[in-house]
Amino acid sequence: MSAVSPLPPAVLVEPLEQGNSPWRDAWLRLQKNRLAVFGLWTLVTISLLCIVGPWLMHFGYEEQNLDLGAAAPSGTHWLGTDTLGRDLLVRLLYGGRISLAVGLAATLVALTIGVTYGAVAGFFGGKLDAVMMRAVDIMYSLPFAIFVILLMVFFGRNIVLLFVAIGAVEWLTMARIVRGQVMAIKKMEFIEAARSLGFGRRRIIFRHILPNVLGPIIVYTTLTIPGVMLLEAFLSFLGLGVQPPMSSWGVLIKDGAEKMEEFPWLLIFPGAIFSLALFSLNFLGDGLRDALDVRSSKD
Amino acid sequence: MLRFITSRFLQSLLALFLVVTATFFMVRFVPGGPFTAEKAVTPEILRNLEAHYGLNKPLWRQYLDYLGSLARGDLGPSFKYPNRTVNEILGDKLPVSAELGAESLAVALILGIGLGTIAAIKRNTWMDYVASGFGMTGISIPTFVVGPLLVLALAIHAGWFNASGWYTPADRVLPCLVLGLAYAAPISRLTRGGLLEILHQDFIRTARAKGASEFRVVTRHALRGGLLPVVSFLGPATAGILTGSFVIETIFQVPGVGREFVNSAFNRDYTLVLGTVILYAALIMALNLAVDVAQAWMNPKVRLE
Amino acid sequence: MILGRALWGATLLCAAVSEAGCSRRETNVVAGNRDQILHQSTGAEPNTLDPQTIQTNADFNLIVALGEGLAAHDPHDLHPVPGVAERWDTSADGLTWTFHLRADARWSNGDPVTAQDFLFSYQRILSPALAAQYNYMFYAVRGARDFNEGRLRDFAATGFAAPDPHTLVLTLEHPLPYLAQLAAHWSWFPVHPPTIRKFGRADERDTAWIRPGNHVGNGPFALAAWSAGQEIVVRKNPRYWDAARVRLAEIHFHFIDDVEVEERAFRTGQLHVTYEVPVGKIATYQRESPELLHLDPYFGTYYFGCNLARPPLNDVRVRRALSLALDRRALCANVVRGGQQPATGFVPPGVPGYASPVATVGTDPDEARRLLAEAGFPGGKNFPPVELTFNTNQNHRAIAEAAQEMWRRELGIAVTITNQESKVFFENLHHQHYTLARWGWIADFLDPVAFLETSVSTAGYNQSGYANPEFDRILAVSQRTADPAGRFRVLRDAEALLVRDQPMIPVYFYTRPTLRAPAVRGWWPNALDFHPYKYVWLEN
Repeated sequence: MSAVSPLPPAVLVEPLEQGNSPWRDAWLRLQKNRLAVFGLWTLVTISLLCIVGPWLMHFGYEEQNLDLGAAAPSGTHWLGTDTLGRDLLVRLLYGGRISLAVGLAATLVALTIGVTYGAVAGFFGGKLDAVMMRAVDIMYSLPFAIFVILLMVFFGRNIVLLFVAIGAVEWLTMARIVRGQVMAIKKMEFIEAARSLGFGRRRIIFRHILPNVLGPIIVYTTLTIPGVMLLEAFLSFLGLGVQPPMSSWGVLIKDGAEKMEEFPWLLIFPGAIFSLALFSLNFLGDGLRDALDVRSSKD
Repeated sequence: MLRFITSRFLQSLLALFLVVTATFFMVRFVPGGPFTAEKAVTPEILRNLEAHYGLNKPLWRQYLDYLGSLARGDLGPSFKYPNRTVNEILGDKLPVSAELGAESLAVALILGIGLGTIAAIKRNTWMDYVASGFGMTGISIPTFVVGPLLVLALAIHAGWFNASGWYTPADRVLPCLVLGLAYAAPISRLTRGGLLEILHQDFIRTARAKGASEFRVVTRHALRGGLLPVVSFLGPATAGILTGSFVIETIFQVPGVGREFVNSAFNRDYTLVLGTVILYAALIMALNLAVDVAQAWMNPKVRLE
Repeated sequence: MILGRALWGATLLCAAVSEAGCSRRETNVVAGNRDQILHQSTGAEPNTLDPQTIQTNADFNLIVALGEGLAAHDPHDLHPVPGVAERWDTSADGLTWTFHLRADARWSNGDPVTAQDFLFSYQRILSPALAAQYNYMFYAVRGARDFNEGRLRDFAATGFAAPDPHTLVLTLEHPLPYLAQLAAHWSWFPVHPPTIRKFGRADERDTAWIRPGNHVGNGPFALAAWSAGQEIVVRKNPRYWDAARVRLAEIHFHFIDDVEVEERAFRTGQLHVTYEVPVGKIATYQRESPELLHLDPYFGTYYFGCNLARPPLNDVRVRRALSLALDRRALCANVVRGGQQPATGFVPPGVPGYASPVATVGTDPDEARRLLAEAGFPGGKNFPPVELTFNTNQNHRAIAEAAQEMWRRELGIAVTITNQESKVFFENLHHQHYTLARWGWIADFLDPVAFLETSVSTAGYNQSGYANPEFDRILAVSQRTADPAGRFRVLRDAEALLVRDQPMIPVYFYTRPTLRAPAVRGWWPNALDFHPYKYVWLEN
């Protein structure tokens, strides 16, 4: 952190204008960050295990052994069984599919809708911003449980609805954060410069402004994901989301929390894989942030 | 400035009206009503109940009646707690949630901004790893796990506190701690991220080059811009924390308004749903306004339009 | 690591609130044992304290502290004992009941409790405008139903009469051997007419009369405080006629609407009595402190209700097959685990003198497969999709998951299970928008008819759509049978019909699991979970 050199502000110029693509540079930098690489590989491994793992197991997620009940980890059941005698490992792997899908969906929604919405409102400001932000205020205020129940009344129970319900709320704070950052940045000299060069607004927003607010975007995305995975458990409560005997990480952790004194493994293993995934995600996020940050690349 | 605030107030009033209208009709289209229970109510009784509460009038009439009483500041009687008005319920419970929220927010801000700043300044050193580790741990362990764990350790095994309730000053400690930690974690991550953006900008480099101490650089120059994302996050988060947390209020049986947000919807307590929604909407709008003003102050280039 | 961090933080915070926390304090239970203050959890906060508009059994315990009917319950076996009435007699035909009120019965403000007060109260609960849900508890009295449904305007023309201030005479439509039991039920409690009138019309719901300061009752305790979301406090009522027997000074009813939280509060000595016990903790208590755990019998049955209008459950063979494939013993022992008994029929044990039918619902997978094949689904082939719904709840979910797996394993059929938000679920149930649904029945009084009458074709709670003229006829015969033993024989035939047709598939008979501090005395297990507080005291 000692050497200070007057680097220009980050302007991600088009690949053609420069020999080396900034994305390629970022990728190279990312590969040097050991924590980020660890995070990336862990996430890939967990996802693969959740997708492929269940086919390799001896037990079904619904297969019960009532006489066995909740049993501690053993040679047969590596992570133990739940109170109905179902194999926890299999249930964790199946549950991971749901939770990872929900996390991914929420990220996509937050990134596409939230970032675009916030950037547009922040960039244009004025009346458009006022209308767009009051709309966000309204969305924040509507009662979520009622909204979800209504969705089910009108469209029936449906896995797509799960993503709609989560998507509907998850982009709001992202939009506000991006708007705040964009408003701060759009008056900076290099943006004025881009303007005076006659670049279009779309180009200025996506090429010049957004790369400079990527840090908060990445950090907030990593913050959103655990929230939505737990939100999914609440939606299951309302009757949306996974239906028993299928499960998800959120539901497993919730169940485990109630039995932590009697059957600690029911909390420890789901909690551990959940935390592992989130730590990896944060490592990856921090790494990405650093890698995309041209100014600090030499630290 | 005054013009800006007046204009925002009028906009918010319009938004509030839209929220009230949407909510009023949404709750009515949800299956089940205030009198739906495990034991079915006979049609005659249901008719009499609806007549008693004025639910037999046409919906548009009920809506106008509601707007009329709302204009007088009357939120109507609750359906679930039929001998209390929504005004009384909010009046009883909001101060409790607000107290819990304010104390938790203090914990969250001190811990979160402190740790986030340390992590940013000492980036990629062990101090950063410890501080970031705290943030990540806090994010990945939900409150419904932390809460019961703390109760087991400090209330049941150590015997220092009651497991739940809101009777003595000591009863405040555990819920504030758990709620505070839950918010400290994201705040520390956002602070770190926001500061890292700023610490490499020219004016910081200039300040450093002029020989300002690191402490001065951070507190005088960097935090102002670096906290922008935190401030954006704090608008909705403060509204959420002041109006109570369903999970915390359930785990510690705090008689706050947070549980009413969820329970009123489950109880189809039409008037209480509207009351809580109005409360939350007003807070959200006020706080988002405060955030915009704060951000303008933090970054003089942002102009309030 | 999180624990270490928290401990450290808490230590700092403790310094700040030094005297209030942190040392081993005197708990509610210790202080309560010394001062005769009982701390009990009521589950959720009650909606109201008006005995005439109350909706759930859960609130009974509160109501019974504040009021008393003509009769009361014996705390051991629930037989009716004198309440406000010191005795009662019945005419030979069983149609006229005369209650003789005690002269020393007083309201908590000192007014005498009179027969006119009872007339006022019964007119109030039967007024259509009050919309009281327990109105049917009075329908055996002549004209009560007509008055309640607006066909009779003049209450004086009904079978309620008060020839003098201390005599109440009821004339019935048909004999009702268990009327004294009803007279002990909270819906039969009197309300104080001047107080009711002071805060609204006589037949007005939800007025301010039930608030502390306004409330007047005739029970062993009087309302002292009600803090929203926290607790209701009642204090001994010195004007109660039997005050000499009342040993508790106060009862604090804490509202704790989460069963896990309640158990933790019990462990830190905040509660003498919990409302429930988390299922997962039952085995732990059985092992480590069995003296605290009580699995009392409870007069209720858990069912899977069938919608008889929808195939394939309109076929009795399918219903019987589903029923026979259930391993109820495993469900009770390994899933619900609260000492519940596998259901053998519809009426739980506990009614003195009533014997359930010989033929019972049972477990016989071979017979189940045979019936299913006979119904056209051999080995589960071509079995249409059937959905079992329940309102979101851990225990319902576990039971549904276990049953689903039993049906899959034994019958080869795929039943899907779906949880619904409570009000959505009940709305669907009451409108018969379901195929197979979890439900249960917990009786308000100790008589088989409390269960059987819900399956009469016209009954409001008949959600399966069961309509069997033979069944209706038998229940009508039971109403005309004055001889208790003969009546029970008739009712047994009715239950046998239900066992044959199984419009609902009985799963288990309920228990009432609670945690209770050893200092709580005078609290006896009984089938209705009624524990009159005048018999309760605290002693180490």
